[in-house]
Amino acid sequence: MSEPTTSDLVDVQIDGVWHQFPKGTRIIEACRQVGVEVPHYCYHPKLSSPGNCRMCLVQMGTPPRTAPGAEPTAPDETGHLPISWSPRPIIACANTVSPNLGIRTKGDLVDDCRKGVLEFLLANHPLDCPICDKAGECGLQEYSMEHGVGQSTFRERKVKKPKNVDVGPRIRLDDERCIMCSRCIRFVDEIVDDPVLGFTDRGSYTTLMVYPGRELANNYSLNTVDICPVGALTSNDFRFQMRVWFMRETKTIDTNCATGCNITVYARENKIYRVMPRRNNEVNSDWMPDSHRLSFHWIDGEDRLSDPMLKAEGGFRTANWIEVIKAAAKRLSGLSGDQIAIVASARMTNEELYVVSKLAKQLGSELLATVPRQGEPDGYLISADRNPNTNGARLILGEKAVSGGLDRVKSAIQQGQIKALLVFQEDLIADTGLDGVSLKKLDFLLVAHSCANETTAIADIAVPAACWAEVSGTMINGTGRLQRLNKALEGPGQTLPVWEIARDLLRALGSDDNCQSVTEIFRHLADDVAEFKGVAWGQIGDQGMPLIETGEIIPLLERERERKAAGIIVG
Amino acid sequence: MDWHLLIAAGVKIVVFVFLLTLPLVAMAVWAERRVSAAIQDRVGPNRVGPMGLLQPVADGIKFLLKEDFTPAHVRKTFFWLAPTLVMVPALLTSAVLPFGTKLFGEPMVIADLDVGPLFIFAVASLTVYGIVLAGWSSNSKYPFLGGIRSSSQMISYEISLGLSVVPLIMLYGDLNLGHIVREQAHNGWTLLPLWGEGLSVRGLILAIPMFISFVVFTTAMFAETNRLPFDLPECETELVAGYHTEYSSMKFALFFLGEYAAMIVGSGLCVTLFLGGWSLPFGWLTPADTAVDVPFWQGLIHIGVFFAKVIAFILFFIVIRWTLPRFRYDQLMKLGWIYFFEIAVLNIILTAVLMWLLAPGSAA
Amino acid sequence: MSKIVQRPKLKWSERLYLPAIFGGMKVTLRHFFAILTRKKKVTMQYPEEKWDAHLPNHYRGAPTLVMDEHGRERCVACQLCEFICPPRAITIHPEEIASDEKWAKVEKRPKTFEIDMARCIYCGLCQEVCPEQAIFLRKDYVVVGHSREEMVHDKKRLYELGQTMDGLVHKWNELK
Repeated sequence: MSEPTTSDLVDVQIDGVWHQFPKGTRIIEACRQVGVEVPHYCYHPKLSSPGNCRMCLVQMGTPPRTAPGAEPTAPDETGHLPISWSPRPIIACANTVSPNLGIRTKGDLVDDCRKGVLEFLLANHPLDCPICDKAGECGLQEYSMEHGVGQSTFRERKVKKPKNVDVGPRIRLDDERCIMCSRCIRFVDEIVDDPVLGFTDRGSYTTLMVYPGRELANNYSLNTVDICPVGALTSNDFRFQMRVWFMRETKTIDTNCATGCNITVYARENKIYRVMPRRNNEVNSDWMPDSHRLSFHWIDGEDRLSDPMLKAEGGFRTANWIEVIKAAAKRLSGLSGDQIAIVASARMTNEELYVVSKLAKQLGSELLATVPRQGEPDGYLISADRNPNTNGARLILGEKAVSGGLDRVKSAIQQGQIKALLVFQEDLIADTGLDGVSLKKLDFLLVAHSCANETTAIADIAVPAACWAEVSGTMINGTGRLQRLNKALEGPGQTLPVWEIARDLLRALGSDDNCQSVTEIFRHLADDVAEFKGVAWGQIGDQGMPLIETGEIIPLLERERERKAAGIIVG
Repeated sequence: MDWHLLIAAGVKIVVFVFLLTLPLVAMAVWAERRVSAAIQDRVGPNRVGPMGLLQPVADGIKFLLKEDFTPAHVRKTFFWLAPTLVMVPALLTSAVLPFGTKLFGEPMVIADLDVGPLFIFAVASLTVYGIVLAGWSSNSKYPFLGGIRSSSQMISYEISLGLSVVPLIMLYGDLNLGHIVREQAHNGWTLLPLWGEGLSVRGLILAIPMFISFVVFTTAMFAETNRLPFDLPECETELVAGYHTEYSSMKFALFFLGEYAAMIVGSGLCVTLFLGGWSLPFGWLTPADTAVDVPFWQGLIHIGVFFAKVIAFILFFIVIRWTLPRFRYDQLMKLGWIYFFEIAVLNIILTAVLMWLLAPGSAA
Repeated sequence: MSKIVQRPKLKWSERLYLPAIFGGMKVTLRHFFAILTRKKKVTMQYPEEKWDAHLPNHYRGAPTLVMDEHGRERCVACQLCEFICPPRAITIHPEEIASDEKWAKVEKRPKTFEIDMARCIYCGLCQEVCPEQAIFLRKDYVVVGHSREEMVHDKKRLYELGQTMDGLVHKWNELK
């Protein structure tokens, strides 16, 4: 991005202070950039601006118009012309800055405008905040307390509208709460090309509706719940589950596909209640697919492994880490490198993969593989590669492991060359076509997985590994961006992250490797792997950083960039 | 082997220690609670039994049934040893206290030692080991501080305690507590020489150093038993509960009861030394000689008198506790070393001088 | 600001401490005998004598849930009391009211509502914060149980204690 030249910049006075902005900047964005908040409902930087909520009214002033024949007014000593203030407010979201423009976001006029708008909104809005899921993060609540009178002064009968409407498989609509900002209508139209929402009965009875015979069912529908400033659209999954003020927010990334949508995990008392997209204009903009958003329920499911299990007569017995690691090391120590294979997962973080690669070196094993997962890209955010960290696996385990590694491991097992197999975070029977019969040829099978499954059932040792929400670490997404995961939960029972399991195994096999934290591993990784050279953990930040070039693009982002270039959205 | 003596001693131990002193300990706890309640305008325990008299039984059952918790960080052997080291010496000292004249022709003292006070001081000083061990083995800072305070306090006050008795021993020229009591019965109590040979100029003048001895002895006794105003080892505002912070259930009860047992034995000693033991004033019902057998009812009265005096003294202990605020630690040490030690020493000299001046054979 | 208090100069009799002891004992014994001779009576013999009739209306006893006169449970499970509760004694699991029920328009109610009376400190913040006037501290102060589980008041028990309360604001009226 090139710096705008001086001629592109215009002088704007905001609340008495002069600033410079590029031509074409929306007033609301100009204010935001200098730290002045303008309240708004309908405006959203990723959507077009219809200007229909009137919440962002500000006072505007321009230089006085010179009367014909009169001398133009001279600039003052700072080079600015005096401002003659307009008695009529303008909306800040759809108007752009102009030379010598004056903006007031405070003062009697603006305060009165805001108070009036909020009073109109509260005339029909039900005051059912105690039952509304949005309470606590509701735009109407916040602005009413900040700019309005804080209550409805409307004493007459309120307009009745449909409540609890099923607009789609995942969404419920309460029309009485709707403040007609039209964000949801624009989202389904502009972003996901599924224009099923619209207003009917315009006037006092304006009602948000789904087109008859259609439903709001696209895979991005839950984003309308996020952008709804009030509780009109609520998610069936989250509805009445937990009040928002109880939940702790953790910034992390989605691991359902190679896009790696930036997300915020909302959890209380070690249980995730919802996942919401987090703005990252290089990855997922403000959105994420429903399928990925709702795929967290298995984390507190019944089939989670919570303790290390040792095969005993007639099944398994619960053990502790010390004896399990000791037993595994004993079984492995007698074998030579070419009798051992390791299947890691491209769902693991770079740090976990790195410690596993060290383990492979310690064992002398050349047979390393990850399980590929290919699907159809959806043309918006979902990538064809459903593994979140294939690029990381490629860099750390080597190209050989990622492409064709699994086939080599499979044939080696079937030919009986392999005596021992270590599996990390993969269910071989369900996902690779390997069957129990061939796996039973192995002398020793160790599986580290978050859940009990068919593979752990035939393992000699099955140990509980922490899942994506329970570890910190980094991953490289499809576009080559290095992004950070943050730990949101504690794993159940004795669960440990894979890097700790692999490290303990390493030490039991005689290595003196003793890394104690993910950051420490990342430091070694940055020293060891060429592509990571010079990258520091603290440098990655919440937004990630580009690490490698892959040439992959995210279609939804491309379209947003076009719309931004066309001036339709702010971006 | 004289079986008769052994059996008699055994019976006396059982009766005196287990049937009289221990219930008295329990009753002292009850009295403490009722008296303190009355002093503070409350009612106190009045639910269990008539007037709450069975409260100690209920307390005892509760202590037995409570979880006996031993923290993981303690030194187990000493931790378990400490409560007994507090309780046992307290009871052991009662062996030499004469608590009556004779019953069934048996002298009413478990061990008629000729070194009574010395034995008591020797054994009673062992109590400090219990407390120090408790404080140290608990491996926790407040018990530790309590143990340290207790050891220094008890060692300091033992000196005044011992020295304060010396004038008395000089006066009676005997270390046998039985003889001391008999002497008082005939010739006036140490503090009240108003009959027999005591009622003379010599006796009355010598009562002055005896009174000083009494004050020093009683105060030192308070300190030795860790009673308020000198309960620094367990002062709850600073040390949670002092040396027994980590104790629970019966182990705690042993500390608790040990304190009361020490208080009772201390009262008994004080009564024996200064208030005439089992004797009634003015020589009433006093047998003329050790050889004379006393009637059964008289023997009972003597035992009753002794315990009446002890109970009165315990009540005095209790009232003092609920009257006086706790001393500061430096004040306690100052009082022990700078005042009482000197007073006790000077009192010995004073007594000696007075005895020399007022010796029956001298000019006076 | 510091203020230096001069140590009082004591007379020798005061320094002797003994008179002060007897002075103190005079006070304590006066109280002792006053109580002993029943000249003074302060304590109420609790289970037999009770003060209940004198309890003021604002007395803060056990927190309870109340119904309104239409038999509707007033609580809508907003969980504000759970949030405000200083000792975290309240646990609520909300549920949706089925659309065929009478008060379906209220949409939400507590599936479970538990107050752990072993934790409750009777501060009354739950009553103060409740936007629906659904939780009130009543005059019940005898809250006992043989186990921790018994000390947890569930929804049924809370309504038993709270019963119906008249004269409250009706938020869920036709005007809404």
